[in-house]
Amino acid sequence: MVKTPIYMDYQATTPVDPRVLEAMLPYFTQHFGNAASRSHVFGWTAEEASEKAREQVASLIGGSGREIIWTSGATESINLAIKGIANFYADRGKHIVTCKTEHPAVLDTCKRLERSGYQVTYLDVDRTGRLDPEAVREAMTDETILVAIMAANNEIGTVHPLKEIGEIVKEKGAFFHVDAVQAAGKIPFDVNEVRADLVSLSAHKMYGPKGVGALWIRRRPRVRLTPILDGGGHERGMRSGTINVPGVVGFGAAAEIAKQELPEESARILRLRQRLYEKITSELDMVHLNGHPEHRIPGNLNLSFAYVEGEGLMMALKDVALSSGSACTSASLEPSHVLRACGVDDDLAHSSIRFGIGRFTTEEEVDYVAARVVESVRRLRDMSPLYEMAKEGIDLKSIAWTAH
Amino acid sequence: MAYSDKVIDHYENPRNVGTLDKDDPNVGTGLVGAPACGDVMRLQLKINDDGIIEDAKFKTFGCGSAIASSSLVTEWVKGKSVEDALKITNAAIAEELALPPVKIHCSVLAEDAIKAAIADYRKKKGLE
Repeated sequence: MVKTPIYMDYQATTPVDPRVLEAMLPYFTQHFGNAASRSHVFGWTAEEASEKAREQVASLIGGSGREIIWTSGATESINLAIKGIANFYADRGKHIVTCKTEHPAVLDTCKRLERSGYQVTYLDVDRTGRLDPEAVREAMTDETILVAIMAANNEIGTVHPLKEIGEIVKEKGAFFHVDAVQAAGKIPFDVNEVRADLVSLSAHKMYGPKGVGALWIRRRPRVRLTPILDGGGHERGMRSGTINVPGVVGFGAAAEIAKQELPEESARILRLRQRLYEKITSELDMVHLNGHPEHRIPGNLNLSFAYVEGEGLMMALKDVALSSGSACTSASLEPSHVLRACGVDDDLAHSSIRFGIGRFTTEEEVDYVAARVVESVRRLRDMSPLYEMAKEGIDLKSIAWTAH
Repeated sequence: MAYSDKVIDHYENPRNVGTLDKDDPNVGTGLVGAPACGDVMRLQLKINDDGIIEDAKFKTFGCGSAIASSSLVTEWVKGKSVEDALKITNAAIAEELALPPVKIHCSVLAEDAIKAAIADYRKKKGLE
C-alpha cells in the first residue's frame, strides 16, 4: 500500500536531501561564524565553507566559483540581474528582450522597468512553448542591452533552444540572462555552451534548502551590475548582507549531488514520467499534452483533461500534491499565462494539471496517481455537462456562453 | 485553501447528478457560465402543472465549490414552487456552504442556473 499524501509537485519545491541536511547541520551550532569575520577561526571556517560551496554550485553549470553571488533565492537573483544590468548599462540602451512564458520574477521586473522608461519586447512562443531563436534576432535593436530567457519552463517544462539564442544575443552584443532554476541539475546546462552572462539559480528546486539562491555572473568578459542592496559590500559589492552559511553549504552539497547523479536520475525520472503518461492516456481519451513532447525537463508532465476543471480534479486527488493551470482560486479567474502564450484555449487551460516527478518519486506512487487520475476524471466527466454535449456531437464553440 | 465540510460532502456525494429529457415540455433547462471561465452549470427542473418542482438534476464543469453549489441547489428546489425557488439567493448558497470570497461567483452561477431553468420552462409553456 502506497503511503499518502504523495508529493508530485517537484517544480514547486523539493524536499531537502538528507545528505544535504547532514552537510548543513554543523554550520548552525558548531561552525556558526560570520563568513565576513576576518579576525578569527570562526569566520575563516565559515568563509572556507562558503567558498567551497561556490565551487560546487559553479561546477554544476560549468562556471567558476568566483563568479557566484549568493542571494536569498532565484527571485532576488533575477531582480538583481535584470535591474542591475538595466541600471548599470542604461547609457548603452534601454531595450530588453524577454519571453511571454517567463516566470513572474522576470516579467514583473521587466514591467517595473517599463514604468521607468525602458522598452521591453515580450516574445511569443509556439504551441509547445518554444521560442524561435530567429524571433530573438528580429526583436533585438541597437538599443537592446539584455535578453532574458529561461532555460526550462516551470509550468510546462519546455526547454528553449538556448545555444542558438545565446549565439544570436552575442552576435548582437547584448547581455544574456538565463533563469536556469528548473533546468540546473535536471538536464545538462553549461554557461559557456549557451554563452550566458548571468544565470539565476535556486537551491530548493534541487533538493537544497529554501531561501538560498545564486546569481552566476561572468567574469570574462566582465559583467557589471548596479546592486539593489546597500550595506557591508559583501559579494564583491553586488549583494550586501551576511552570507547564510548553512544555506549555501546546503546549496553546494545539493549541486554536487545533482551533478554526480544527473545522468542516472534524469533517465529514471524520464521513465517514470513516460509510465505516468502511458498509464493515463491508455485509459482516458481527450487528454492533451501541454509543452513539448521531447524538449522538456524529465520531471514535468503537464496534461489537460478536456471537460474536467483542474481545481475540481485536484480536489478529487486530495491525497496527491499537484498543481493546476486553472486559476479558479485567484481573484482574476485568469488561467495560466504560460498556457495562454502557447495558444491553449482557456477551457483547456482550466483543465490542466502539472505532475512534477522527482528524486523520491517511486513507481508505486506513479501507478497509484495514474489510477486515481483515471478514476477521478471518469467520475467528473460523468458529472460534466460539456462532456455530455461533446459526446452528443455538439460543437461547444458554437454555443453563446455567458462569460462571468 | 481549505474547503468547508459541506462543500466536501456535496463534492464527494453529489445529489441529483444527471440528465432530464430536455424535450419534455415540463422540463426547464438552464445552462450558465462558460468553459473559458472554468465554470459551466446545467440545471434541469421538472415542473408540474401546479408550478411545483418535482425533480431536479444537474451537471457541472467546475471546481469543488461550483459542484457543491449546484448540488445544494437541486436539494433546495425540489418540492418548492417556482416562485419560492426564485427566492433562493446566492448569498444563502454561499452562507450554507461557507464559501470564501473568491468562490462567491460559484453561488452566483447557481442562482443564475435556477433563473435560467425556470425561464426556459416558462418559455416552453408560453408563460413569458
